[in-house]
Amino acid sequence: MSVTETTQERAAPIRPNQGPVAWARANLFSTWYNALLTLLIAYVLVRAVPGIIDWALVKANWTGDAAACREAGGACWAFLAEKWRFILFGTFPDDQHWRPTLAILSMIGTLVISADRRFWGRALIYIWTVGIGFSALMMFGGVLGLDYVPTELWGGLPLTLALSIVGLVASFPLGVLLALGRTSDLPVMRGLSVVYIELVRGVPLISILFMASVMLPLFLPAGVSIDKVLRALIGICLFSAAYVAEVVRAGLQAIPKGQVEAAKALGLGYWQRQRLIILPQALSLVIPPLVNSFIASFKDTSLVIVIGLLDLLSTAKAALTDPAWRGFYKEAYLFVGVIYLLFCYALSRYSRYLETVLGQGRRR
Amino acid sequence: MTTEAIIELRGVNKWYGAFHVLRDVNLSVAKGERIVICGPSGSGKSTTIRCINRLEEHQAGDIIVKGVPLDDDVRHVESIRRDVGMVFQQFNLFPHLTVLENCVLAPMWVKKMPRAEAEAKARQLLERVRIPDQALKYPGQLSGGQQQRVAIARALCMDPSIMLFDEPTSALDPEMVKEVLDVMSDLAASGMTMLVVTHEMGFARRMADRVVFMDKGEIVEVAPPDQFFDTPQSDRTKAFLGQVLSH
Repeated sequence: MSVTETTQERAAPIRPNQGPVAWARANLFSTWYNALLTLLIAYVLVRAVPGIIDWALVKANWTGDAAACREAGGACWAFLAEKWRFILFGTFPDDQHWRPTLAILSMIGTLVISADRRFWGRALIYIWTVGIGFSALMMFGGVLGLDYVPTELWGGLPLTLALSIVGLVASFPLGVLLALGRTSDLPVMRGLSVVYIELVRGVPLISILFMASVMLPLFLPAGVSIDKVLRALIGICLFSAAYVAEVVRAGLQAIPKGQVEAAKALGLGYWQRQRLIILPQALSLVIPPLVNSFIASFKDTSLVIVIGLLDLLSTAKAALTDPAWRGFYKEAYLFVGVIYLLFCYALSRYSRYLETVLGQGRRR
Repeated sequence: MTTEAIIELRGVNKWYGAFHVLRDVNLSVAKGERIVICGPSGSGKSTTIRCINRLEEHQAGDIIVKGVPLDDDVRHVESIRRDVGMVFQQFNLFPHLTVLENCVLAPMWVKKMPRAEAEAKARQLLERVRIPDQALKYPGQLSGGQQQRVAIARALCMDPSIMLFDEPTSALDPEMVKEVLDVMSDLAASGMTMLVVTHEMGFARRMADRVVFMDKGEIVEVAPPDQFFDTPQSDRTKAFLGQVLSH
């Protein structure tokens, strides 16, 4: 599918408005290998699509129980009708589901507002404080007459969003510091940063999560325990900081040396130079790759299942363990797959949009 | 002109690895004096003035600016930089800031000047470099000559007592060289202490108190412009002048 997509996008409308035959020749059969690809994809579609339609619509079962589903033989959408709330919200108390719903909307809203360049600047700090604060209030409760919901009961989409969003935001300052450390003139700072970055990049997230979950408590005094979600967050933070650091370093190195020299010559100190001159330029260069690394970390959060947290993917798996509804894997994974796809696709479109906009606006 | 030295270079030596860039450079600059440094490329003239505000470190000898020695003490370096303005060949304006923001940045952050005062001063200096109406534009929207004049204004906003110019017109289109040299001449006439690395021999002849000729990392000849251009002493100076003045 992606093949046809790129083919179509790349081919400029050479002779517009000349009818479908001309269009097809220009876009589908421009060369012999494009023609071959077109035919191949057409063949795959012809073979696959009827089966999918048959499964998803014709033979599908929309209501009733598992037995009715098995009899119909197609997709069992009744399974999703029954389980979608559990998949989305995990074990959050049933009668309180409006709260994670609002938390999700608030987090998405915060992201959407932050995506608008008009708000870039100090306003973002307030927007994030309000947006994330409100989400936290909804999830935790405990005040304003809301029941307190411990993090053990969190799960599903709000947990996935919280881990990835808070993880990214919290890892950002550490990542920037590491990037500055790695480009620093001080050998000790540089050495420490390099060791940290390479160490973390050299191990899989899963092992860091294990460390955060199993080893962190060993270092703490007896009786003190850290919340499991917080442990996962620390792990994710420490992990993505290393990746943020590498992305930011690329931006730092793209800034011409003359900028530092001019700032030095004006008498600005190291931190002033970084904060006022270097970082604003470097970060605006690396926003698109940062969005990309956010996409990666959004999907990586599904690994928190290894420490017993039920993120979106794990709740789907857990829903399948219900004896009454065993075996409807396709439906469950399709459902979470679509949710992941929606988020990641939106983010990747956004990063592409940013690349064009920032590319045009660059004044050099 | 007073004889008190505002900049003192004594036996300055510098190496890039095994390459000896500065060899025993001695130069004493009086307050209000205008020095033009010229010489073939790679002769160490840029390196010399970049040592004066510690963009480059010298490895032997002393550099003393207004009585403060340039050494590893960060406070010395910072106090000297605050008092020494620099203009670069490539302008080095901050592209993410407007012209006005470029100018007020250092006064506000380094000297803690209130914004209103810094902006008033910046506008006054932009007027002095003859671009008062470009204050809210970004550097990328200006011509090279305009950018270089902004860079001069930006440096002047810190009220420096010394200005260093590192080939300020070398990156400019020919028709813009004059506007920058005019601004520099105004500045020279106002009594600013200036060290200018340049190939503009006309400017040197008109504005310099002394011309310094450097070659292969050492100062070959120092003389007032008339004497320098009309009766150069060293053969190397003669050869260099023969090349730059022949066309």
